[in-house]
Amino acid sequence: MTDPDAKGHFGKFGGKFVPEALQAALLELEAAFADAQADPLFRDELAALQRDYSGRPTPITRAGNLSRHAGNAQIFLKREDLNHTGAHKINNVLGQALLAKRMGKRRVIAETGAGQHGVATATAAALLGLDCRVYMGEVDTERQALNVARMQLLGAEVVAVAAGSRTLKDAMNEAMRDWVTTVDHTHYLIGTVGGPHPFPYLVRELQRVISTESRAQMLERHGGLPTHVVACVGGGSNAIGQFFDFIPDEDVALIGIEAGGDGVETGRHAATIGAGRVGVLHGARTFVLQDEDGQTIESHSISAGLDYPGVGPEHAWLAATGRATYESVTDQEAMDAFRLLSRSEGIIPAIESAHAIAGALRLGRLLAEEDPSAQPRILVCLSGRGDKDTQTAFDWFGLDGKPDKTVGA
Amino acid sequence: MQYPSARLGTSGAVVQRCLDEGRPAYVGYFPVGYPNLDDSLRAMQAIVAGGAGRGADLVEIGIPYSDPLMDGLVIQRAAARAREAGTRTRDVFRAAETVAAAGAMPLTMTYWNLIEAYGVDAFCRDFASAGGGGVITPDLPADDCPEWIEATERHGIDRIFLVAPSSTDERLAMTMRASRGWVYATSVMGVTGARDHTSDAAPVIVERARAADPTIPVGIGLGVSNGEQAAEIGAYADLVIVGSALIRALEADSFDDGLRALSRLSGEIAAGVERSRR
Repeated sequence: MTDPDAKGHFGKFGGKFVPEALQAALLELEAAFADAQADPLFRDELAALQRDYSGRPTPITRAGNLSRHAGNAQIFLKREDLNHTGAHKINNVLGQALLAKRMGKRRVIAETGAGQHGVATATAAALLGLDCRVYMGEVDTERQALNVARMQLLGAEVVAVAAGSRTLKDAMNEAMRDWVTTVDHTHYLIGTVGGPHPFPYLVRELQRVISTESRAQMLERHGGLPTHVVACVGGGSNAIGQFFDFIPDEDVALIGIEAGGDGVETGRHAATIGAGRVGVLHGARTFVLQDEDGQTIESHSISAGLDYPGVGPEHAWLAATGRATYESVTDQEAMDAFRLLSRSEGIIPAIESAHAIAGALRLGRLLAEEDPSAQPRILVCLSGRGDKDTQTAFDWFGLDGKPDKTVGA
Repeated sequence: MQYPSARLGTSGAVVQRCLDEGRPAYVGYFPVGYPNLDDSLRAMQAIVAGGAGRGADLVEIGIPYSDPLMDGLVIQRAAARAREAGTRTRDVFRAAETVAAAGAMPLTMTYWNLIEAYGVDAFCRDFASAGGGGVITPDLPADDCPEWIEATERHGIDRIFLVAPSSTDERLAMTMRASRGWVYATSVMGVTGARDHTSDAAPVIVERARAADPTIPVGIGLGVSNGEQAAEIGAYADLVIVGSALIRALEADSFDDGLRALSRLSGEIAAGVERSRR
């Protein structure tokens, strides 16, 4: 089973746990997407945008220098960071914005954590002439001020959410409240494979291009399928996109890397599958970080994009069936990988993606210990570039932006 | 209006008694634990007592939740304050006992994850034994909850689902069929919160709901804030539901002043409902 059932379930996960006021809109969206997918004109328009606007297909880079730190493994990077706006988020946004126009909506709203999805949404809205409002937790507007300015430059309105923990989950609550009120003319452009059906399915279909491309690229140019595919998981959109076409390849291991924050044992983390319980959050049954009563617990991660206490229901299902496995890496491991990739390959990754790099390095070393003769081929989704994380890197590495020395004085 | 008793359950029977008196039922909402457990119980007693011998017929006890995406600012803030005060899911049972002892029918309004975390069957069992009559579940789709239907049947708890102006005819009929007690119609497309004017959509959704299934009462909530509006809505709805306005009434210099204002408003709403006598 790879598609959800009629009520949006992946096994026991998923569903549509949202107010009745939104149920009709979800049905409308589901029908509109099915119609669009069957329409060659829609597919051509999306493909043209992906090619001529976003820059697809993105290449695969063989990371020879980085691989020296990964046991006997060869690491291949799927370069989603080379997309327009700097991350895989644009794949989903272009599709949904086209769909919104097709449905006759004139306004889109979005939630954003790190700001990448907000920037991508603002970009697509500018391109397609849609009004755009982005909800962002107040804490995130402070730590990602650069992205707030980018969205504003693109013509979007940015609304800080001061309720609750003032982060991504609260931005999502507020976007849902907006949508309940404005659903007649507004499309809620969800940025991840979470939320009520059909969003987890719809976003997966739009992100699936990552694995469709990379599977063919590995076969044609890199000597065959990978042995392992690794991606970071917050809500899980880059990971599901990177995994999906490999699901039938049973010999290819799929590994999701969650944000371990200060360490799962400290309680300050975002390892939802690793340490959460099954519950309902933001419209879907999935793994949730929650207390005994079912109240959502705040997540913690150095990466704003992974700092979310839920996860897409299809990941919950892949974990429950064992088709994919999920591990976590700490802030420290992620930042070490961030620096290593920057210095060894000349690629500054998003901190989200640095989690996947850290997971791949650890995997490579572990596989070398287990079987020194094995030659693993690890494909990693480099989901975004790290420009947005400069300030966090400054703080973490104690940089001050001053030159190393001055000459000519 | 006489509804078949099989559809009414325990909370719908209270509604029917009000209708038999020629008036709709008045439902007051209040979150347990706001501003703390004891004071929230006093507030619920005040809502039931009202003024001039008239108060709420049913009390909808809200359980504070970390992610209340159906609620506007007033209820969000009250819920946050209640959580800071250490409110737990189980406090709803004490509130239900208090409401029942004060002479009104206890209901609860809760987001689904809290019930699931408590245990679906255990929640129904404990709410029923505290005197609770029905549970309003704003984020539970009526066509995807077999475990809930089973547990509520087993423990005799009414299932109160929501319908909205955007509901399709098909979903209206399905949701009403799945409900017992009564059905909660939201008068506007939006979240909870007092509004200055009643919505034009309110009579339309009541009419559509009755056309879809005339065998179960229909209540109107969202945006009702005073006796005038209660009278207006009571002219066509079987229940008038008031929430945010009651919480706002508590905002006063002292809690006791707030409590008096709350009783007064509750009495005024009850009088409004009485005026809408049909």
